[in-house]
Amino acid sequence: MEYLLLQILNGVQLGLLMFLLAAGLTLTFGIMDLVNLAHGSLYMMGAYIAWTLIAWTDSFVLGALLTLPATFVLGIVVERVVARRLYARDHLDQVLATFGLILFFNELVRVIWGPAGKSIAVPRFLAHTIEIMPGAPYPAYRFAIIVVGAAVALLLAWLVARTRVGMLIRAGASNRRMIAALGINIELLFSLVFGLGAVFAALAGLMAAPVTSVKIGMGDDILILAFVIIVIGGIGSIKGAFVAAMLVGQIDIIGRAFLPDMLKTFLSPSAAASAAPSISQVLVYVLMAGVLIWRPTGLFGQRN
Amino acid sequence: MKIKLFGPATIAAATALAIAVPPAMAQSPIKVGFVTTLSGSQAAIGEDMRRSADLAREHLGGKMGGRPFEIIYEDDSFKPDVGKQKSEKLVQQDKVDFVTGYIWSHVLLASLKPVTDEADTILVSANAGPSKIAGELCNKNFFSTSWQNDQTPMAMGEYLQKKGVKSLYLMAPNYAAGKDMMAGVKRTFKGQIAGEDYTKWPDQLDFSAELAKIRAAKPDGVFIFYPGAHGVQFLTQYSQSGLKGQIPLYQVFSVDAITLPQQKDLALGILGAQEWVNDLPNDQNKRFVADFKKKHGTYPSFYGAQSYDAIMLMASAAEALKGDLSNKDKVRAEMKKANFKSVRGDFKFGNNNFPIENFYIQDTVKDASGMLTLKTVATAMTAAVDPFASQCPMK
Repeated sequence: MEYLLLQILNGVQLGLLMFLLAAGLTLTFGIMDLVNLAHGSLYMMGAYIAWTLIAWTDSFVLGALLTLPATFVLGIVVERVVARRLYARDHLDQVLATFGLILFFNELVRVIWGPAGKSIAVPRFLAHTIEIMPGAPYPAYRFAIIVVGAAVALLLAWLVARTRVGMLIRAGASNRRMIAALGINIELLFSLVFGLGAVFAALAGLMAAPVTSVKIGMGDDILILAFVIIVIGGIGSIKGAFVAAMLVGQIDIIGRAFLPDMLKTFLSPSAAASAAPSISQVLVYVLMAGVLIWRPTGLFGQRN
Repeated sequence: MKIKLFGPATIAAATALAIAVPPAMAQSPIKVGFVTTLSGSQAAIGEDMRRSADLAREHLGGKMGGRPFEIIYEDDSFKPDVGKQKSEKLVQQDKVDFVTGYIWSHVLLASLKPVTDEADTILVSANAGPSKIAGELCNKNFFSTSWQNDQTPMAMGEYLQKKGVKSLYLMAPNYAAGKDMMAGVKRTFKGQIAGEDYTKWPDQLDFSAELAKIRAAKPDGVFIFYPGAHGVQFLTQYSQSGLKGQIPLYQVFSVDAITLPQQKDLALGILGAQEWVNDLPNDQNKRFVADFKKKHGTYPSFYGAQSYDAIMLMASAAEALKGDLSNKDKVRAEMKKANFKSVRGDFKFGNNNFPIENFYIQDTVKDASGMLTLKTVATAMTAAVDPFASQCPMK
């Protein structure tokens, strides 16, 4: 029972982290029709900038809070300099250009911070475990990721559903040309959405950093999973990204935590142990294929 | 460009008239290709190997058997296909006399054939030791200055068996070396295996699901193999989960001079097995460690020690042949003698060209200046022969 609870929490934590990354991706894809492969680079830049600012301020919280406006500015700059020129072009051009951005950012990090990775220590006040249930201690830092992730998800839900900017975002996602025709400053909206996406990606990167580590290319591995999530959830839908991220988080944990035992019932223990990671890696793609057969535009996508 | 004037045919002809034209021979440099990881998250390992190989070159005065020699470094980017490509470039384009390096078993396995078979060039692995190359695929052109993958975990298993540990939980990444490591520890540890997990390699950085399983399984000890950056992550998460202090952690290749600056105090008291430790009391080792520390301010890692030995091994063969490496059979015979002073002390090759050597148990401690380092605490195995040697048809 405690074991099950811990594993569910692990899945929720992973899902929330993925949601932060997927939220920005689904907005830029849905509203600007931009395939941004460099979204993972913003995740990496968030972690590196946070490393610098935390070392500079000597405080995790302060450094993390300063990282958010810094990456917002970075997002705006990337939008103005590169992304803006790509909106009108086809997806292949966008993929090429944003792939170039990945190479640029990886090299930039190597020049500024060097090839070896950096590590961000867990803040002292979170470096202990919390007894969720008797006999089920959970790392306080991972618990903090869940709390922050859930708070940001709520904030985003409020922003999209209840504010004027959110209304424009939703309108942009369903019909871009129409809101431009209605005299909305679409350039400003695009900049804002891109900057916001960068902030969420950076937040995910800096929160993941103390658990994993800060290294070159850290966003590239996770980006593919983020794309899977926005496809499952439906492109342009924040709600879809949230549901899909939760699903993917749970499936990933189930694959790692329970699949080896399930396989052991009909395979030898060592065969089961080595087959399980390969199978669990495929599970999310099976889910994606299943969803696409059932609903070709994703769970919450716009249906034509 | 001078080198181009002396193609293999010219050198062969010159060798025939060796006595007549020694100055020309003496001037053409011996070339050593070095394939390692110099970019990405594991670049720190490659850097340590490069520093150690450069130090070996310095200690040799830049010469092997009277001829100058150069080391050409290539970055495998931690990818088998890139490693293979770079190895092919070294033997085909640079026409190197030896190829060495290779941190990763999957990179080595991909690069082996183009070097040893297609180009008939001697390859000295300075780290990776996949079981296949020790057994059925053993090769006259392949030498190792490290170990066969199974051996280090075997030493750890042997120590835990003697210590009376009843049950063990095993974790390793899902690739060639991870499988060898798990098999190795199970060869000597006869207690209960409380569970075993392979994790995705190299992209899985989150071990939360596996750590929860360890907590539920309640083993006497946890055995891990997470080299380089992954070792840092594992130790961080192990301590965050509250398991450190409850269940002792035992490791191979997961705590070393490269990872210690990031693992910091988390590594204190975690025992590991290794064939070389920086405090081994032989003169060659003292010189290597002292000079390395003076130059770079840090302790060398075992990756570095093995790279240093690889260069010294080649130099010993070149020395015995007075710099004439044209007869491959003679070079191989000289290599096999292992007539050099290894930083690990006694060193000789078995029938499969893997070393017969001792394995030690090391602990993490602080040195006089407060810097974290590793210290030998026990000898786990003496003159150990790897378990695949008998499957190798070579004598």
